[in-house]
Amino acid sequence: MKTLHIIPKEVLSIGLFILGLAMLTPTLSLAANAAEQRGLDIASEADQRDFGFGDYRVHLEMTLRNKHQQQTSRSMRNTTREQADDGEKTLIIFDNPRDVKGTAFLSHTHKAGADDQWLFLPALKRVKRISSSNKAGPFMGSEFAYEDISSQEVEKYTYNFRGEESFDARNHFVVERFPTNAKSGYHKQVVWYDQAEYRIWKIDFYDRRDELFKTLTYSDYNQYLNKYWRANQMDMINHKTGKSTTLTFSAYQFAIGTTDMDFTASRLKRAR
Amino acid sequence: MKVQPLALIYTMSAIVLASSLLMASPAKAGQWDISGQGTLEARYFPHDVAFANQSQVSLSPSLTLEPEFVFETKHAQNRFTIQPFIRWDADDDKRSHVDVREFNWLHLGSTWDFTMGISKVYWGVTESAHLVDIINQTDAVEGITGEEKLGQAMLNLNSEHSWGNLSMFILPGFRERSFTANNARLHGPLNIDASQARYASSEQQHHTDWALRWSHMWDDLDIALSHFQGTSREPRLLPIIVSGQAVFIPYYDQIQQTGLELQLTTNNTLWKTEVIHRQGQGKPFYALVAGFEHTLYALAGSDADVGLLFEYLYDDRDPKAAPPTIANRDIFAGLRMVLNDTQDTSLLLGVLLDLEHQSILVNIEAERRLTNQLKLVLSSQLFNNIADQDILAGVRQDDVVALKLHYYY
Repeated sequence: MKTLHIIPKEVLSIGLFILGLAMLTPTLSLAANAAEQRGLDIASEADQRDFGFGDYRVHLEMTLRNKHQQQTSRSMRNTTREQADDGEKTLIIFDNPRDVKGTAFLSHTHKAGADDQWLFLPALKRVKRISSSNKAGPFMGSEFAYEDISSQEVEKYTYNFRGEESFDARNHFVVERFPTNAKSGYHKQVVWYDQAEYRIWKIDFYDRRDELFKTLTYSDYNQYLNKYWRANQMDMINHKTGKSTTLTFSAYQFAIGTTDMDFTASRLKRAR
Repeated sequence: MKVQPLALIYTMSAIVLASSLLMASPAKAGQWDISGQGTLEARYFPHDVAFANQSQVSLSPSLTLEPEFVFETKHAQNRFTIQPFIRWDADDDKRSHVDVREFNWLHLGSTWDFTMGISKVYWGVTESAHLVDIINQTDAVEGITGEEKLGQAMLNLNSEHSWGNLSMFILPGFRERSFTANNARLHGPLNIDASQARYASSEQQHHTDWALRWSHMWDDLDIALSHFQGTSREPRLLPIIVSGQAVFIPYYDQIQQTGLELQLTTNNTLWKTEVIHRQGQGKPFYALVAGFEHTLYALAGSDADVGLLFEYLYDDRDPKAAPPTIANRDIFAGLRMVLNDTQDTSLLLGVLLDLEHQSILVNIEAERRLTNQLKLVLSSQLFNNIADQDILAGVRQDDVVALKLHYYY
């Protein structure tokens, strides 16, 4: 109790200042909360509109360009199955380049906690469980990081509504999202949703230092099962290196009748 | 007439294959996928040979061809795979060989699958030794790392349950281990005559082996327990006298082997353990490999990942009663570098240190894709400070650097 009597003046004034701040914060955080809530609402609405597709299969062509515009390409097949109360399950089988033909990547995304991932190496017939903490690492040497291609769960970000913007004859919501996972390579992402269908048209990625790092644009949207929108093309540009990657999707098939048993680690060694 | 199980499997596979091809003649019943690879290999041995009977080979070319034919029925429920393997070696007539890696029918059920024919199965989690992996024989002429396997005839049923996955194997017919020629590099001093191989079982190579494996996953922990009963894949080498000369012949014991595999997958670190217990070769013995693989992602802000591997190997077999092993009390340390570039450039440097004799085996694997269909691989095994009493003493002059150009189609 003795210490109370010897509080220096400076400490006291700082204490009062903090007290004053504390009284101000409720209004500030109310405003922040409103923007956060609006951002979360938009992300949730987009997620809700895409919910219920069940499963799909798609062919993917990946074109990698270096800053001299020299191209290399990869092709793969992706099968995805939705989970009612957890992240999606995804199986990717590689067809090209030929040395990785038959290599398969299985991922179980979780809304909370680390994802589960496995790799099947056909030459050895070996299934390896791998660490999923390599979020920021490049996928197949491309400008897409593992976290860019894995399923985008609402729970994996916090949000902030930034405003509205019109371009390409569409009105957009602009939402900032901040990854909750400390292993993410990003400080934040800025996402443009169209107001009519809640489709994503553009994402700006900011690195850990909050500098603009990459831009992803979506184009050539098609609607499947009269409800679910998928872009046929995604272009990622790395502003730091000048490299870019184009993903071209084709032959989308929905309602293909998968079961969870098609996405188990032991079934992975039968993947082709 | 006694029907050989192996012959039975081949015949049944052939019948199923033939009938599926007949069914396949109407369009859309299924489709063939033909792919494969060929390899041009040059092996360089910088040192002189150690023994008078060995050919002084320093640069040795070799070719491989491994086509793969896969037929899949319309809904991918049935799959037929044929994969022959051919190697031609300029200097080692035993390394020149032909094998059937795969010749099988696979049926996929909803929660189970069934394989009949020749196939390949991998068990295990560790990197420096594959103790638990026992279904396939090692194709030992391919290289001393033992990663290449011979095809094994099998009936295999896998099923998934809430309590784990169960795999059952009936393995009719045994594949003898391959040996390099007596005058070849990486052979050692022993004059081996594999054609006179002997067996503990009176059924010799027709003994039917069986194996069971249960595996399960609890969150970050993967566990597997397996049991094998049958002909040891590892032979002992027994000396016999043929016209006044000592000749060593492979002797295959009947063994029982129980295996345990554990992997704990945490953030950046995989913790791995394999343990076996084997009976049938002298006193029952244990062997263990345990360690970790820790990955540093995006090293120094680049795209490159660096993996640090460390494993301890222990084996208490009696080298007089059981086939000798190079890893009885050893430490393995490895460095894996993955550049994550468009060419998928990677480098693996591994060092196996024998704690008894301080012998060192260095293994280097580096690879880089050149084009969509070409890949260049550099592989090297170097023997350092090998003691006279070490099992590797016979090959210590056989440091090898191999350059391989793979063509995929």
